[in-house]
Amino acid sequence: MRTFAVARGVAWRTLHTVFTNPSLFIPGIVFPLFFFTAFAGGLSRIDSVPGFDYPPGYTAFQFVFVLLQSAAFGGVFTGFGIARDFEGGFARRLLLAAPHRTGIVLGYALAALARWLVTAAVLTGVALAVGMQIGGDGVDLVGLYSLAVILNFAAILWASGVAMRLRTMQAGPIMQMPVFLILFFAPVYVPLSLLQGWIHAVATVNPLTRVLEAGRGFLAGTPTEVATAFAVAIALAAILWLWALRGLRSAERAG
Amino acid sequence: MSQRAFADQVLLLAERSLMRTLRQPANVVFPLVFPLLLLAVNSGGLDAATRIPGFPTDSFVAFALAIPFIQGALFATMNAGTDLARDIQTGFLNRLSLTPMRRIAVLAGQLGGVVTMGFVQALVYLGVGMVIGVRLESGVAGALVLLAFAVLIALGFGALGAFAALRTGSGEAVQGLFPIFFVFLFISSMNMPRNLIEIDWFRTAATANPVSYLIECVRSLIITGWDGRALALGFGTAAVIAVVSLALASWALRTRLARS
Repeated sequence: MRTFAVARGVAWRTLHTVFTNPSLFIPGIVFPLFFFTAFAGGLSRIDSVPGFDYPPGYTAFQFVFVLLQSAAFGGVFTGFGIARDFEGGFARRLLLAAPHRTGIVLGYALAALARWLVTAAVLTGVALAVGMQIGGDGVDLVGLYSLAVILNFAAILWASGVAMRLRTMQAGPIMQMPVFLILFFAPVYVPLSLLQGWIHAVATVNPLTRVLEAGRGFLAGTPTEVATAFAVAIALAAILWLWALRGLRSAERAG
Repeated sequence: MSQRAFADQVLLLAERSLMRTLRQPANVVFPLVFPLLLLAVNSGGLDAATRIPGFPTDSFVAFALAIPFIQGALFATMNAGTDLARDIQTGFLNRLSLTPMRRIAVLAGQLGGVVTMGFVQALVYLGVGMVIGVRLESGVAGALVLLAFAVLIALGFGALGAFAALRTGSGEAVQGLFPIFFVFLFISSMNMPRNLIEIDWFRTAATANPVSYLIECVRSLIITGWDGRALALGFGTAAVIAVVSLALASWALRTRLARS
């Protein structure tokens, strides 16, 4: 109960900071829209590459990637806020005041989720407005958005683990870069079967490839690798939960 | 003041600008590594695009090698602007204005450091391109033209960053320009030749976007050879950006020093 009270307080404060500060709020919404525009608009001709077979079309193909990317970066951007809280001294006061400190991590995670839900709503609205085709039914869409929620949770846990260990805004690239790499070493532009050479080898072993392919399967109405994708996403979140908690202990030790 | 004294002033400030950049590893490594990383990701992921009928080359790495040159120049903008903004915020520029140093030397010195970094970046991108098997269709002379072009765009974008810094006096405001430049980069012919872009509005935007011509100039030297039209458009665009940015930056410097 006390954990939840702490989580609620931290989440409310984080969301208040984000939603009342356009320089924090707007990039989180604009960047996914921008990537969606650049990829779906500029690269739409890719769907005429021999072997490209995704019935809902290239816009939908890219939408899934950008949705998952926005979920992951929603978590990372919230991690920047944690680092800022440490730099400003707020996080240390929070550590002193919170009766159950696990609630701090949970609170940031709740804030990351709420923040991403706004982004996801805007992104989905824009995608539908530009004529994105959806092949899947309601259950499939729940599957797609559930995967994104788990990814958002995993990303904020990763970012909070880094922020709580390093406690400086200069840790931003360390939070961002691995997430960027794991996302872009998946089949971003074409399906896995069309990748060749080293990128095919990397994408094949990249756990996020399963999540991305399952997400695209959901949107097309032809679910594929669902169990593997959820297992991978949940395992990632579980491992990063431990990473975040150890980060919290590190911050506690630092005082 | 003699020409020699002026040259000494410019050299001193250029050296300071360069040393300051070199002493911050993040300012050196990130502009070098990030564009190469993006090149690796895009060229791997989009290699299938070379199978689109009418695609101008069968190597996407060669097609995409132009992008790091422009990205490097964008990073130069950020570095130049942020460093100059820091000089304003710490009062260094004010103290400098009390010395007999000529105003234009301040700008030339700052940009000298940026251009040197831009040149080194271009050499690295070119070297990496060669190592991964890209051969310039325009040969050795093309490589020299490419390096000259890299210097010109580093000068133009560097002056733009300096203008932003002088107008705002804030490093954060200069950093805030980064997403705008990123938009210019992505809504261009970066990943697809303009004639193969299917979506009408995107093709129109890419055609109106000057960054497309900068990219196509570099790309022509790599995959086409000597394309007079692409070179004229690229050098023309870069020259206009450089002249306008330099004029704006020197006007902003005059205003800033008059205020202090």
